[in-house]
Amino acid sequence: MGYLFKEGVRNMYTHGFMSFAAVCVTVACLVIISSFSLLIYNLSIFVSDMEQQNRVLAYVEETYDTAEAKSVGSRINLLKNVREAVFISREEAGERFIRQEGGGEAYEGIDSSTFRDRFEITLEDNSKMDETVTALEQIQGVVKVRARSELAKGFTTIQKVLNLASAAIIVVLLVVSLFMISNTIKLAMYDRRDEIAIMKMIGATNRFIRFPYFVEGFVIGSISGAVAFFLEWGLYDFLDKRISEVQSLQLLKLVPFEQVLLLTAVTFGAVGLFVGVFGSVMSIRKFLDV
Amino acid sequence: MIEFRNVTKVYEAGNRAIEGVSLHIDDGEFVFLVGPSGSGKSTIIKLLTAELEPTSGSIEVNGYKLETIKKRQIPYMRRTVGVIFQDFRLIENKSVFENIAYGMRIVGASSREITARVPYVLDLVGLENRGRRLPHELSGGEQQRVAIARALVNNPAMIVADEPTGNLDPQRSYEIMMLLESINALGTTVMVVTHEQELVNRFTKRVIAIKDGRVINDGMDGYYINEET
Repeated sequence: MGYLFKEGVRNMYTHGFMSFAAVCVTVACLVIISSFSLLIYNLSIFVSDMEQQNRVLAYVEETYDTAEAKSVGSRINLLKNVREAVFISREEAGERFIRQEGGGEAYEGIDSSTFRDRFEITLEDNSKMDETVTALEQIQGVVKVRARSELAKGFTTIQKVLNLASAAIIVVLLVVSLFMISNTIKLAMYDRRDEIAIMKMIGATNRFIRFPYFVEGFVIGSISGAVAFFLEWGLYDFLDKRISEVQSLQLLKLVPFEQVLLLTAVTFGAVGLFVGVFGSVMSIRKFLDV
Repeated sequence: MIEFRNVTKVYEAGNRAIEGVSLHIDDGEFVFLVGPSGSGKSTIIKLLTAELEPTSGSIEVNGYKLETIKKRQIPYMRRTVGVIFQDFRLIENKSVFENIAYGMRIVGASSREITARVPYVLDLVGLENRGRRLPHELSGGEQQRVAIARALVNNPAMIVADEPTGNLDPQRSYEIMMLLESINALGTTVMVVTHEQELVNRFTKRVIAIKDGRVINDGMDGYYINEET
């Protein structure tokens, strides 16, 4: 077993160029796919954040005092799709209005009774905004509900298109990558077909021939996964810094890499190993039939 | 022991390579299998190493019945037959020592057994100082000796040499034949496939002559049938 393991590692060096080519192709494919996936992930979070800012306002009956108005909140919170309902008193609503309008003399002396107590509601799922608005309108004490359901629908559509397009593109990239990687490995195996035929002719079992290739695939896969991971990390950090330096791109703030570090590392490790081991063992199959 | 009983091989394209071949080679024999190019010699080698399956008939090699052999048993059958090729078929990136040792590693020999056996076999083929060289650093004759050493290393019951002197000059060819004869003297069955009439006639051995896929002569008098016969 020790000999076969050493053989696998040695093969990598003796067929250095093909090993290097296999690592490069795998790294390139992994970096392309992961860059695209991270871009989609960031876009998705960005859209989701924007969506969360689209809140529903539920106005409370004017005749209610503050305590009664606040008690309406418990009924609102009973609705399934309500994530959070924040009470805003008429005084606070007045202050906000004046702030939004830029203040000034014209707004001095506005009585807070002009405004109504209200709840600012964040929904779990904005695609169900219409149903939730209907349910809110039926709650005793709620006199009016204001919701920008068209905007919510817009965000939902964008999110759906984004998910669908990204899934399709990732599948295409994955298939192209697997094709490229498997061809590179096949080329490396073709380079060694005579060697394999000799091994078969002197009585080596398929398992004996395959094991060093398994080790080689494992090592190449691990190296590819590790290189691709650190390369991706570097690229992401570089891009993040450049974006944060540009004032006009502040809205596009990227998710910190640390947040996706574990997922990326595990994915790169798993894909690298799968491609390396599976690619080697499968590609050698047809040369074993001697 | 090799036993061919009425063996016919027809390739997929319809080309009939051998037809109704029957032959029996006993343990310890030295046999020449001769015939012109395209006569079916190589097909016979491929059949007895289970590279090909016969279209009809039965083949037995060292106790393995090839018409019923399971795929996973083929490597074990091949270990009983040391095959030597015209183009040596050495692994280019392994040293002479490693090429020979590889034959032992596949049967699970320990490092100690390998260290003891490989120098002995190298000495037997006259290459005691060449262990560290790579195949391309040796002459053709030396490379063929390495191939013989590899074939011998596991003490096979039989050596099959397919045109072993095809790439060598007459003097080296003779030396290789002498080496094979000395291996045969130690008890190993040797079958040499060749079309070199002169070389065959320098030895007094059993000769099986093939032409157009049929055995046309099988005698102990070194008899050789050439293309004009």
